[in-house]
Amino acid sequence: MRIHEFQAKRLLAGYGLKVPDGSVAIAGREAGEIARRLGSPTVVKAQIHAGGRQRAGGIRQADDPAAAEAAADGLLGTSLVTAQTGPAGHRIRRVLVETAVAAVRELHLALLIDASSGELMLMGSAKGGVDVEEQAARGDIRLNWLSLGDGSEARGKEVAAFVAALGLDGAMHEQGCALVDGLRRAFLELDASLIEINPLAVTAAGALVALDVKMVLDDNALFRHPELAALRDEDDGSAAELQAQRHQLNYVQLDGDIGMVANGAGLGLATLDMLVAAKGRPANFMDIRTTAKSLDIAHGFGLLLDNPATRAIVVNVHGGGMQPCDTIAEGLGIALRRSGRSLPLVVRLAGNNADFARSRLQNFGCAVIDCPDMWSAASQAVVLAQRGA
Amino acid sequence: MAVFLNRETRVLCQGMTGWAGTHHVARMMEYGTQVVGGVTPGKGGRSHLNLPVHERVAEARRETGANASIVFVPPANAAAAMIEAIEAEMPLVVTVTERVPVLDMVRVKAALKGGRTTLVGANSQGILVPGVGKLGVMATGSERPGGVGIVSRSASLTSEVVAQVTAAGLGQSATIGVGGDPVHGIGMRECLALLLEDAETECVVLIGEIGGTQEEEVADYLADVRTSKPIVALIVGREAPIERRMGHAGAFALSGKGDAAGKIRALEAAGVRIAPSAHLVGETVRQALAGRG
Repeated sequence: MRIHEFQAKRLLAGYGLKVPDGSVAIAGREAGEIARRLGSPTVVKAQIHAGGRQRAGGIRQADDPAAAEAAADGLLGTSLVTAQTGPAGHRIRRVLVETAVAAVRELHLALLIDASSGELMLMGSAKGGVDVEEQAARGDIRLNWLSLGDGSEARGKEVAAFVAALGLDGAMHEQGCALVDGLRRAFLELDASLIEINPLAVTAAGALVALDVKMVLDDNALFRHPELAALRDEDDGSAAELQAQRHQLNYVQLDGDIGMVANGAGLGLATLDMLVAAKGRPANFMDIRTTAKSLDIAHGFGLLLDNPATRAIVVNVHGGGMQPCDTIAEGLGIALRRSGRSLPLVVRLAGNNADFARSRLQNFGCAVIDCPDMWSAASQAVVLAQRGA
Repeated sequence: MAVFLNRETRVLCQGMTGWAGTHHVARMMEYGTQVVGGVTPGKGGRSHLNLPVHERVAEARRETGANASIVFVPPANAAAAMIEAIEAEMPLVVTVTERVPVLDMVRVKAALKGGRTTLVGANSQGILVPGVGKLGVMATGSERPGGVGIVSRSASLTSEVVAQVTAAGLGQSATIGVGGDPVHGIGMRECLALLLEDAETECVVLIGEIGGTQEEEVADYLADVRTSKPIVALIVGREAPIERRMGHAGAFALSGKGDAAGKIRALEAAGVRIAPSAHLVGETVRQALAGRG
């Protein structure tokens, strides 16, 4: 679960991270008042769950309260389209108004989990900024890495060397080590899967201040952090995706016209690839987890049927030991009865209880086009969606 | 000698008394797997499915001679169950549980270091050796004994590929699910190495997807080893949008890293045949084996 910048800053401030003074506003006038209280030039930052805000104009400098108010008015209620949001963008409902901090130098620091070693990894570079990923890819800046193992030990000596390699010395060095230790403790205690500070500013006064923070929490660990689960911003991103999560489904909204359902992520990705190969445009990705019951599945099909862009639906199921075909057929039958919408429906049922699933669909009175293999199902769905266009 | 599982494998089930444990242990025994007992803390001394239930793994291992364990313990306690099995020096542990917190898996990985346990999973469908046994939750019926070894990050695609391989007139030596999570036990590269050494395996199928670096590690490994066995790979997620999590927690492509095109390029350069689409894996395997002859 991604959380907002202001939420991450508040959480990490509790672990000793220095962040600029500031507050969140939901209206222009409120932003102006915050700027007046701060009594300094400010930065007004759109709070959305996507990166690339700077380049998209989602971060604005304001020299005085009137400018802060104007900047906030210009952002709030609009949709910000960045390189990471998709063409529809994300609606800005909040802005963070902060004291503008002048950086003498900018660093980049991140703590993440390295999948191949299964260890916590500290990553840092002596340069930060908006295009640090691209610069690193081109080899223009060097990334320093340090494994922290399972994170249970501070590894003071190695961290000290890592911090020194970022060009932090004297009092800054001590601050840097304390900052890394705070991040490590926060990462473990909050069940994070990513904390990224970019840029981390070195100020003229010799302080290390986090100007921007990106933080991702592990969805699978939220059961032990109800206070963090409550940070979820239900208005950001797709409401359908969130609803699906609650029903043991993985759903990603896309911008085409073919609704797509498969049991299992791998089969779902394969179906997506085949739809595109057959020159179709998927309206979504939906994968039914093994823990979904027929009513959950009905809910998922409901999401597809409620999407006005959907012109055809393809269901690709290879029934396994945990999720037989008939449960999915039942979910589909229930959803169609509820919705009343009738769309061309292509199914491919194989594996565990496929025949039983066919008779379930028949008993529900579902008119489906039954395909023997997944390629014919995908290409059939593409033809039907185009016919409906 | 089959990979991971043979007639001498004696299986213990951690979390056997729950719904999933009960259901799947019964299916495993129907398939001929030798299940010798279960472990559920607080229920030690009882009997379940006519098998003894033990309090702790170490005690169960001592009394039953189990040399493999399958874990159905819910996410909150799954890591503790795996670590208990590792501490009891269980040679093979397969974890089916989905949605284990990633930092818990980091701790499990740390516990595995220097130990004697091979971990498969979490979030794995397990291991199937057709005609011999199954240590997992996959449906059976379309498999048949043969020479194609399958290593996969996806349970549903494994079922699909098993059916395609059988339809192509071939059979399987073993199927292994490495699991869909970013941090997991044994990976594709280790499984491939085992299958290349296995006398019964004539061809290996790798089922990969976007995210992570397992496929790239396989490509690096193949640059160093010589093998006469054909290797076929299916990589799904070519058309998935960048930086979105697609079902599997491990399956997301960060721009330029872990995307399908990069994986396909690396594997092709290492001499792996790429199945052009998910419905053509059986056919690609048939051609690879025919081409070798």
